[in-house]
Amino acid sequence: MDRFAHRAANLLAGNSPQEATLECTMSGPHLLAEAPCLIAITGADFEPRVNGAPAPMWTGVFLAPGDRLTFGGRRSGARASIAVGGGFEGDRWLGSRSTSIMAGRGGMHGRTLAAGDALANASERPAPAVAGRHLPAGLRPDYSDHTLRAIPGPHVRRLDPEGRRLLFSALFTVSREADRMGYRLEGPALATSGEELLSFGLVAGAVQVPRSGQPILLMADHQTAGGYPVVATVISASMHVAAQLAPGDTLRFLQVTAAEANRRRLELSAALATLGSV
Amino acid sequence: MPPPRSIQRARIHPLGDTALLAELGSRLDTALNTRAIGLAGALRKRRDVRQAVAGYSSVTVHFDPDQATHESLGAAIKRLAAKRPKMAVPGRLHRIPVVYDGPDLAEVARALGLSVEAVIAAHVRPIYRVFLVGFVPGWAYLGPLPEELELPRRHIPRTQVPAGSVAIAGRQTGIYPVPVPGGWHLIGRSSVRLFLPDSDPPSLFRAGDRVKFFAARAMP
Repeated sequence: MDRFAHRAANLLAGNSPQEATLECTMSGPHLLAEAPCLIAITGADFEPRVNGAPAPMWTGVFLAPGDRLTFGGRRSGARASIAVGGGFEGDRWLGSRSTSIMAGRGGMHGRTLAAGDALANASERPAPAVAGRHLPAGLRPDYSDHTLRAIPGPHVRRLDPEGRRLLFSALFTVSREADRMGYRLEGPALATSGEELLSFGLVAGAVQVPRSGQPILLMADHQTAGGYPVVATVISASMHVAAQLAPGDTLRFLQVTAAEANRRRLELSAALATLGSV
Repeated sequence: MPPPRSIQRARIHPLGDTALLAELGSRLDTALNTRAIGLAGALRKRRDVRQAVAGYSSVTVHFDPDQATHESLGAAIKRLAAKRPKMAVPGRLHRIPVVYDGPDLAEVARALGLSVEAVIAAHVRPIYRVFLVGFVPGWAYLGPLPEELELPRRHIPRTQVPAGSVAIAGRQTGIYPVPVPGGWHLIGRSSVRLFLPDSDPPSLFRAGDRVKFFAARAMP
């Protein structure tokens, strides 16, 4: 979900940015190191600890055999990423080690991790690793600013002027119906007009408005096609912020141009580039 | 003969900063869909395109923002869309047995003013086209459904439709590949496996394929 945190964790652990990481939603696991390893924890802050002592986030940390990585309460964000030097081993499906629960494929045999699972390294000889490298505080995302920058969508004209004004000014709340497919949002109803659309290919970040008028923000595991009007699309440089939202969080959409979206995307790339090749 | 002018123009809309939607038209139309599938195929060969997905009458294009912009790719798409389409290769033909005993069959017949037998006869008559594959894994949008079977979606969608349900809505028909919520009318069942997670692509049906249903007494 949070690709910035995922990539940063991998780079801090000495990996290429696309190695498999653990995505921990709303709380973190208890992990026992069975071999020396370099890890990095990024994204949401769930109070990580090594052997009971606070462990730094956005930083490469060495674990010795017997070390315990645990987490406390949820301080901020919704999803933490944990990377290990050499990457995590996992089943590949459709060219990815990501887990698809719906298909029952990828990652740990297509399921969430369970107590007792043993996690192996993907590569036998991890690259030479250096602990203590970190992403400077100024380059870490500000997950507390829930402004999602967005470009008007193909069907924005199906909203009347008041609807368009509300879309880009009102506060919306993430409802309980929120998962990796998408978030149903609560807020002012957005009335759309026009005939039913023929289904078309969708993208993550698309803001769909079904007839109820309550928008849905599509996330990483979104359906691949649909026919509801898409009134806006959150830009790629805001999707890591969207990924850290939990039910009850409020957000607003800010209209931006493609040029600004590009500038912000390059800023994030530059931040990751300080950690090595991207 | 050149294509009618109305389908030569592609309308380009941004879908965020790394994708766009190219609309070729807004009708449920086999010729438009053939053009969309052809355009998606041509776009996938470009280095600045990461993925191109054909819809009914549109193509969703995911691009590399370091190599392309909405404008540069939009101009290329307009040039490609204006070309005369290649002769479409007929898709594979699937013959799918259906047990017509769906929970909505009697209600559908009543709403249409037809007998149950007439609904079944109308549903098995055409060779349907796979307009697009998507929504959930293995789902294929099939059509056009005969006009005499056209009904709006159910007012209240079911929270769970069983896998294998054969359903109709508007001018479309389809088979639910996995249990999902759904608002279509369920007229029958099929045991065919549509989502094939260990095949490439992981779907029995592909855009452009053809599907012929026939009535079966019991699930094979």
